[in-house]
Amino acid sequence: MKVNTELTTTKRVLMCGNEALAEAAIIAGVDAYFGYPITPQNEIPAYMAKRMPEEGRVFVQSESELAAINMIFGAAATGKRAMTSSSSPGISLMQEGISYLAGAELPAVIVNVMRGGPGLGNIAASQSDYFQATRGGGHGDYRTIVLAPASAQEMADVMPLAFDLADQYRMPVMILADGLLGQMMEPVLLEKKEKRKLPPKDWALTGAKDRPQNIVRSLWLKEGVLEKLNEKLQARYAQIAENEVLCEQYKVEDSDIVLIAYGISARIVKSAVTKARKEGIKAGWIRPVTLWPFPSEQISKAAEELRIFLTVELSCGQMVEDVKLAVAGKSPVLFFGRTGGGVPTVDDVLNQIRQLTIKHKS
Amino acid sequence: MQDTKNELYEELIIAGFGGQGIMLAGKLLAQTAMNCGREVTYMPSYGAEVRGGTANCMLVIADNEIACPVVGKPDSLVVMNKASLNKFAPILKNNGLLIFNSSLIDIEPDVDESIEVIRLPADELAVELGSIKAANMVALGAYLQARGFLDIESAIQALPEILAERYHKTLPLNSEALRRGAQFAAGAIRR
Repeated sequence: MKVNTELTTTKRVLMCGNEALAEAAIIAGVDAYFGYPITPQNEIPAYMAKRMPEEGRVFVQSESELAAINMIFGAAATGKRAMTSSSSPGISLMQEGISYLAGAELPAVIVNVMRGGPGLGNIAASQSDYFQATRGGGHGDYRTIVLAPASAQEMADVMPLAFDLADQYRMPVMILADGLLGQMMEPVLLEKKEKRKLPPKDWALTGAKDRPQNIVRSLWLKEGVLEKLNEKLQARYAQIAENEVLCEQYKVEDSDIVLIAYGISARIVKSAVTKARKEGIKAGWIRPVTLWPFPSEQISKAAEELRIFLTVELSCGQMVEDVKLAVAGKSPVLFFGRTGGGVPTVDDVLNQIRQLTIKHKS
Repeated sequence: MQDTKNELYEELIIAGFGGQGIMLAGKLLAQTAMNCGREVTYMPSYGAEVRGGTANCMLVIADNEIACPVVGKPDSLVVMNKASLNKFAPILKNNGLLIFNSSLIDIEPDVDESIEVIRLPADELAVELGSIKAANMVALGAYLQARGFLDIESAIQALPEILAERYHKTLPLNSEALRRGAQFAAGAIRR
């Protein structure tokens, strides 16, 4: 029985990022959640365990991450909106399934609330799964769209977008957050967003009565067939790169130094740049919201004039490689980061800016 | 705490050990700030917090959009045990505010002279009201009074939103504890 108690609000409520994301998924019409617990994202399955049955929808705590991602495969194949969430080591376990989703052209949403690695690492916030997320961590020629929220509000805002993108392009979409964004509480406004105009799911396994059967698979042994599929996927990826890039920027044109950061790092960078401006340093920032497709064009345009690019990450330097590809040698690209759960303070970043720039008299 | 245009931008750390209600005090402050129309971020330390371990939370409360929720140098520090005082006092800003639980901290904090210090016997005041568990609310009441940008009654109104319903029988005790802390801070001799 559907009770329909979706929590849309007309005033702001105080929520942690994980809970905001979970409720936003419910509002966005998720039909099924499958997952296995791991810190620092446990508030998502805990919330879903309570709320999904209230809504008459499916919640399963699977026996492992492998099981969860394959349950996603099954649910997605029937045309339902399915999601899972985990944190770094759990996401590694899901990579095979993500590759199969890509190969079978199935839409799904996968949330990675990153923690420190490699290995079991620790439970502190980190951004060291960038390579895995943006390169497609599994095997084969595929991409996942990667969205990087930077606040509890955006944890909610990216969910309807993620489901729409997954359905529109028939592919897995990853939300790449981190432990701080998941745990942090901020005021959140939960609204129902209008769905994009989406193609019908005429490929879904819904029972073949009165129509030819549909087949969902990722095994294509006949000569030339897989190459054709890959070419089709690549054409789709090119279309996504053309149309779906999201990024924010601030005072880039009037800057000597541009800081590039996503997620929680972008919050730190914003404060540092504001402080630097008060000191007369011409600083700006670019925040990629989609990590794939990456805002290469925006960064390339900023690099047409000589200025310093400083990438700030909670990693040993991963996104910096995409920044270098975009800048293409036109300007210097530097990196500042901390790893293994370390978080730079605003002053740490400000000191980096000071060392690299001169002050202008106002 | 305030920049040149007199806009509020307060960075705060509340710290103690697990079981002292550090997170609850932080959440109540965040809820109160939001209810009163302020911007707020609340960042808990998470994971290894168990009774007796260390626990802290970071808050930023401001009039305008908050960029960075990570507190490097707090304007204010509320510490409920000695380990937390030792850990966080060195990063407290000059001209800041330090409230420490003198029931459990038997040393004089070694901080800059510009810092306003309130020695608050939080545990003893809470015991007088009926339960040592309300020491967190005594401390929060003292903080709200000392800073003055949010009033005690708003915090009392926000209490039912933060306390799980099964604890609502403690609303009177927690409300009294907030008032008692504020009363103490109003009369405290400060340095």
